[in-house]
Amino acid sequence: MPVFYGREIASRLMLGTAQYPSPAVLAEAFRRSGAGIATVSVRREAGGDRAGQDFWELIRDLDVALLPNTAGCHSVREAVTTAQMARELFDTNWIKLEVIGHGDTLQPDPFGLVEAAQALTEDGFEVFPYCTEDLVLCSRLVEVGCQVLMPWGAPIGTGLGLNNLYGLRSLRAHFPDLPLVVDAGLGLPSQAAQAIELGYDAVLLNTAVAKAGDPAAMAEGFARAVEAGALAHGADPMEPRDMAAPSTPVLGMPFK
Amino acid sequence: MKIIVNGEAIESAAATLAALLAEIGKADAKVATAVNEAFVPAALRADHALNEGDRVEIVAPRQGG
Repeated sequence: MPVFYGREIASRLMLGTAQYPSPAVLAEAFRRSGAGIATVSVRREAGGDRAGQDFWELIRDLDVALLPNTAGCHSVREAVTTAQMARELFDTNWIKLEVIGHGDTLQPDPFGLVEAAQALTEDGFEVFPYCTEDLVLCSRLVEVGCQVLMPWGAPIGTGLGLNNLYGLRSLRAHFPDLPLVVDAGLGLPSQAAQAIELGYDAVLLNTAVAKAGDPAAMAEGFARAVEAGALAHGADPMEPRDMAAPSTPVLGMPFK
Repeated sequence: MKIIVNGEAIESAAATLAALLAEIGKADAKVATAVNEAFVPAALRADHALNEGDRVEIVAPRQGG
């Protein structure tokens, strides 16, 4: 099972908490997913609004590790301040660091990401960077102290799956001992299984479960998929080949 | 004086960040704060003086992906 910053998590599935039709559906989806980590966020609250308090009570009862994010931040300053506020609110040094560089694709800003990761690591955070599969970017992130990398499968919310299989496989090969998580872009359990079959330690998703017609059933589907992927990865899969090779013995074939 | 709280201008008599939170009913709420994009820990709110035009952010736990 994956170990993030010295903490072992009992599931390869990490699940977001946004976009569910109701708090009850969210709780049921988490129960059936078996997810060990929930991503959360911070947002403005003023006046008599109690949404923050209500949500806090809901996620405390989930009994999972919390991974706050800096979603929506486009500058290093915003991301760092958001992370500091999240650390106080959720009482954890873990931060899913998002520094967004492109509005349409929500692609991470690689330059701001490295700068923010360094500042936060120096401030005592344990950074989970939402990144691309770019090897140079990932090397820089490791150099500034990241002990886990979270490359995208596809842009957030698209459900397109693993867009760059070569890049993801290459990243796994270059960092054989580093925890790697495919974060974002997954739409179906088969795509999650594929990520784990590649040797990724976990997957992080939200929309695929929350926006399914039956979020709890989809959550269980993803849970079984990551288990299947882990079994396959550990089972030393066969090598693909171009030519057919009969599986039924040729010896003893009648009429020959 | 005029202070910007979560993007909206308000009139406030609060001399400190802690006083502002009390003024708007958030003294004991589960919130975190920043002033002019710099984080202000809960323990330092009572000592953090507010000035005209300060931009205060008050955030709470929320759903995220």
